[in-house]
This record gives sequence, C-alpha cells and structure tokens, in this order.
Amino acid sequence: MTVLDRRPGLRVGLLLTPPMLWLGVAYLGALAALLIASLWTQNDFTGHIERSWTLENFKTLFTVDVYRTITLRTIGIAALVTVVDALLAFPIALYMAKVASPRMQRILVISVLTPLWASYLVKAYAWRGMLSADGPIAWIAAPFGLHTPGYGLPGVIITLAYLWLPYMILPVYAGLERLPDSLFEASADLGAGAWTTLRRVVVPMAFPAIVAGSIFTFSLSMGDYIAVKIVGGTSQLLGNVVYDNQGAANNLPFAAAVATVPIVVMLAYLAAVRRTGALENL
Amino acid sequence: MGRPSSTSMAMSRGLRRSLAGFTAVVLAIVYIPLLLVLVNSFNSDNTFGWPPPSLTLHWWKVAAESTGAREALFTSIQVALVATTIALVLGTLAAMGLRRTRFFGRNVVSLLIILPIALPGIVTGLAFQNGFRTIFGIQLSIWTIVIAHATFCIVTVFNNVQARFQRLGTNFEQASMDLGAGRWTTFRLVTFPMLRSALLAGGLLSFGLSFDEIVVTTFTSSPQDQTLPIWILQNLFRPNQAPIVNVVAAVLVLASAVPIYLAQRLSGSTAEGLTGAR
Repeated sequence: MTVLDRRPGLRVGLLLTPPMLWLGVAYLGALAALLIASLWTQNDFTGHIERSWTLENFKTLFTVDVYRTITLRTIGIAALVTVVDALLAFPIALYMAKVASPRMQRILVISVLTPLWASYLVKAYAWRGMLSADGPIAWIAAPFGLHTPGYGLPGVIITLAYLWLPYMILPVYAGLERLPDSLFEASADLGAGAWTTLRRVVVPMAFPAIVAGSIFTFSLSMGDYIAVKIVGGTSQLLGNVVYDNQGAANNLPFAAAVATVPIVVMLAYLAAVRRTGALENL
Repeated sequence: MGRPSSTSMAMSRGLRRSLAGFTAVVLAIVYIPLLLVLVNSFNSDNTFGWPPPSLTLHWWKVAAESTGAREALFTSIQVALVATTIALVLGTLAAMGLRRTRFFGRNVVSLLIILPIALPGIVTGLAFQNGFRTIFGIQLSIWTIVIAHATFCIVTVFNNVQARFQRLGTNFEQASMDLGAGRWTTFRLVTFPMLRSALLAGGLLSFGLSFDEIVVTTFTSSPQDQTLPIWILQNLFRPNQAPIVNVVAAVLVLASAVPIYLAQRLSGSTAEGLTGAR
C-alpha cells in the first residue's frame, strides 16, 4: 500500500483503468468501428457487406434530396423541442427554486420526477391516445369547431417536448437553487425592477444550466425514431432512416453513415457549449 | 433551509403569482396523459374511444394472465440489476480516480464518461450492434443488452458520487489516515459510508434508466430476449393486444411512484445526516 502513497499517478491509473478500458476500448472502439463501417458498402445484388473503402454512402446522404430534407427536419425539430422545453421549464424552475416554500419545493420536485420515471413508451403511447381522432383533445376541441393535430410532425414535436421536459426542468432548477438570494437583493438595491433582474441577472446566471438541459433535449430528440412511429404518421426523422436501413433493408454501411450525422452535430454542440461550463452542470 | 423573504420581495406579487399559475397549468397538462392511460385500462371500449362508454376490470384480468408480459418484466429486471451493478463499480472507480488529481487528459476522461448519454441512443445502439455482430461475430443476447446498458448507466453513478465528494471534501479521510488507518480501512470505514446514499441514489437512477431503455435495446437484443419496453413496442400496434398493453402501461405509471418514494426515504435519512455532519 505504501507504494500507492508515494506514487499518486499509479493510484489514479489503477482506479481509472477499469472504467477507461470499458468506455475507451468497448465504447470508443464500437464508435470507431461504426465510422469504418460507414465507409463500406452493400452489394446491391447479394445484400452482403463489401469491406472496401468508398465514400458512396456519404455521397448519397448529401446529394439525395430526401436525406437532406430529413437531416434538416431532424435538426430543426430537435432545436424547436429544446426551445419549447427551455421556455416551459424556466418559469417552473424559477418558481420551484425561488418562490415556493421548502415544503412546496419538495412536492414540486416529486411531481416533476414522477413522470420521468413513468416509462418512455407509456408516455408516447399516452399521446397517441390524446391525439387520436376520437381522443380527449378532439373531444374538447370539437365544440369550438377545432380538431386534434392528429399524427404528424406537430404531434411529434408535442410528444418529444412532453417526454423531455423533466430533463430540462431539473438542471435549471438545480442551477437556480445555487444562485445566492443576495443577488436578487443587490439587483433590487441597485434599482433594477423584477424584469430587469430576471433578464440581466437570473437568466445569464442560469444559462449554463439551461445549456446542460439542452444537451439532453437536443440529443434525445435527434436520435428518436420511436415517438415518430407512434405519433408521427408517415413522417420520418434521421432515426427512422438508421433503423430501417439496419433492419428491413439490412444496409448497415448506409445506416452507419446516417448515424454519423448526429455524432458530428452533437460533438459540434458539445464543443460549442464547453465554454459555458454546461458540462459540469450535467 | 429557511429562505429569507427578501428574494420573494425582489419579485413582485404579480410575477410570483404568474409563476405559480404557470407551474400549476403545465404540471396539470403533464399529468393528463398519464391519467388517460390509467382510465383507459378500465375502458370497456377496446379502441379506447373518449369518453369511455363504461368501465371494466376485464383487461386487468387478461393482462394478469399474459405470460409474454411477465417474462419480459423478468428479463428487464435482470438486465437492469446486472447493468446497475457494473455501473456502480465502474462509475465509483472513475469518480475516485478523477477526484483530487489534475492530470493531462482529465477533460478527455470526463468527456468519455458523458459521451454515452450525450450521443443519441440510436448511435450507441447501432455502434454496439455493429461492434458485436460485424466486428466480433458475437450473437446478440441478454449479455449484449447488459453491456450496452451499463455503458450509459456509468455516468449517473459517476455524477452522484462526484457530487458527494465535492460536498464532503477530504477532511474525514485525512483524519482517518492521520489516526493510523490504512487506505483500505479508511475506504471501508469512512469513504464508503460517506458514499452510501449517493450510491443508492445513483444505482436507483441507473436501474430506472436501464429498465426503461428502448432505443439501445432494440439494436442490441436478439428476438428471444425481450425486455418489457420491447414487448410493449411489439404489441402496441396489435389490436388484440392493445388492452393488455394499456394495463401494463397503467401498472408502470403507478409503479413509477416506488423509486420516488425510495429516493425520498434515502435522502430523508442518510443524506441529510451526512450534510448535518459537515
């Protein structure tokens, strides 16, 4: 044991070796293999994978209109869902952290956490029921001459925003909790009204927490294909293209090429938000 | 935990009321779909028209006899238990390794830990499937699901343990070593008890994450190894099975209160005892 005291580097090395072997070798290895597979191709006649280098998959991905549309649509929906969740979560988190009594605060944390634990599929399925032509939304809207948005992209956006909302509320709440109350007083003492304080003190201070939440909402939306199947009607997102190509079409190289899009987008996003300190807020 | 009233004073009464009203409305909307699932499990109409024509316990009886659902539940629990155990060990080791030291590559290590949840599940799932099948030629099984699940569960344990370390500092362990305890004795008698509730919280979260995971699971499971989410997904669009799915969904909504209750109990006793000790 004394060796470990004299050599802290060795101790750290011993502690980090098992998790790094798992993540570095198994996970990074699998990701690297995925990138390699994206440079292979599938033989159109036999359906077998041909292990020869080609950029054919990426060429298809960037030049065929359908794939370009689906890529832009997926990024757009992920961004929209993130914005909707941030707008919904911020007032709730602010109320929880800075207005509610400690007792109320505890009740609210439980109320936000419980739907997080209810299964993903159950919630997506619940929205299938909500949006259906003879479901509750149609039932409520009918007297006003309105109808349910039904199954399609609006349904996908509603459902995804619903599914990921707790992932945004909780980090923002934790971030606001840490804000010292004296900041509010100082701002008020210096003559700022409530809105000015919110806009110039609270929102900037909570920004890293909002970005931390956005990593979840954005990433989870980027890869989703199941909510799309349940409430999306005939619409497609990148996830569906990946899923269909690895399954029904058995074109693993193309699925791998499509999967590099979310990897590149997420890595760019993580690199862009690194400076905000959001990664320490996860 | 007393909150000085000055914070509230800095916000006008109108603003505070609007925040309260907004929170109430959004949370009500959050619970409506979940209530719909519960009500529909008693809906006598098997296409779940709204409002329900009448209520029945029939679907609950049918669901209780469904062997498919029961086997899938059992598989899910097994997978979640093993994945959580692996994540507890690896996540704790990683948090201990990154604890006090600053070394080159530290940021790379933290990025590596968060990467499996920062990348969409579909990427993780496809990467593992391709790795197992195309690269290593391994058949998909319950073990391939476990390996994939453990990978994205590590981060939840890591986060909980790291937060606990930050909160408690190193004084207790240093005191223990000064008093002559060895490294292992200190870990057993000081560090581990300090971490216990963080490990339970992280483990609970990791169990839930694995139990509910569907995207990664669809890519890493064989047709024989159905977890509960896979079973639900496969039966969702079968008209005859829809009522059973509804009951399973209702049970899952009700069961989601259990981990919350456990987490509250844990933080109510151990965690506060520890913060008090600080």
